Amino acid sequence: MLAPAFADPVRASQAVFRAVMDAMARPGAIVATGGLARAPQPLGLAAAAVALTLIDYETPVWLDPALAQSPDVAAWLRFHTGAPLTDDPRQAAFGFIADPPRMPQFETFSQGSMDYPDRAATLVLQIERLSDNGGFYLSGPGIRGSRALTATPLPADFAARMRANRALFPRGLDIILASATMLAALPRSVHVATELS
Amino acid sequence: MGNECASPANTPVTGRRAAMATLADARASEIASGLAALGDDIAHVELRPVETGLVMLQGRIGGDGAAFNLGEATVTRAVVRILSGEVGFSYVLGRDRHKARLAALCDALWQNPSSREQLERHVLAPIRDRQEGERARQRELTAATRVDFFTLVRGED
Repeated sequence: MLAPAFADPVRASQAVFRAVMDAMARPGAIVATGGLARAPQPLGLAAAAVALTLIDYETPVWLDPALAQSPDVAAWLRFHTGAPLTDDPRQAAFGFIADPPRMPQFETFSQGSMDYPDRAATLVLQIERLSDNGGFYLSGPGIRGSRALTATPLPADFAARMRANRALFPRGLDIILASATMLAALPRSVHVATELS
Repeated sequence: MGNECASPANTPVTGRRAAMATLADARASEIASGLAALGDDIAHVELRPVETGLVMLQGRIGGDGAAFNLGEATVTRAVVRILSGEVGFSYVLGRDRHKARLAALCDALWQNPSSREQLERHVLAPIRDRQEGERARQRELTAATRVDFFTLVRGED
């Protein structure tokens, strides 16, 4: 059954937009998202808030098998955002992934072209635990020195994938890690290491 | 709009469309008083808060010209779900949020076969009667001032 979205769409989506913008400007920083009371399972609240804020009729959306098997998620996204859903990850402007350990390779998504690097996809990964210690050490624009970030679960070779993604710059994917109510962003400019250098 | 060909002989669609056409021209007060006969405060969830916005109206000269943007119209839309699960939609010209909500509620009730008959009798029928009466009166007033023009053909060659 179709569920409501933001109670106050204008203010809530502006607040979430601000949160995503701050997270992108400071890669790895954990920010809070609010405004949404419920989302259809298995879509997480933070991921759903990002979806309501960023996607619209011009942005094809790809759902991973865990999300695609729920008709509620597809109906909810289509009703509230008007975004077309696609089965082809290469066509997608946004990918929503509820089961990151089994996510497809980054190359399956559009990574932009040298002429139009903005045409790369943004992936929203649903994470169970997000914290600011251990795990990955991030550096690059928006980070003074380095910043620690732990996110689980992720693919085992996530750091290697992010390194390959960084090598494509200015092409490459942008990643949003969304836990239940918090999120952190890994834009394509970030360097991800597994040890403090 | 203009999708008649897409749904041939689809009576549920045409019936629903006729109901919404009636409601589009109705006053909020008469919808509300009609709905009162179906029960006080019909329980519903607003799936999307009622909101007012603009829609671009397109025109076409002579039926075969290129479409052009004629101007914008203010429209208020509402989407509600009643307890039995039907989802009602409405787009109403103007800024009457109350009317948009009531029309969406009527749309949802119309889709449920158990409340459709009551809705037709208590809400739609009185509104149709009033609209039909007003149109008939207008037709009479217009007919009374009707002038027929004749062109007399000269007998040439």
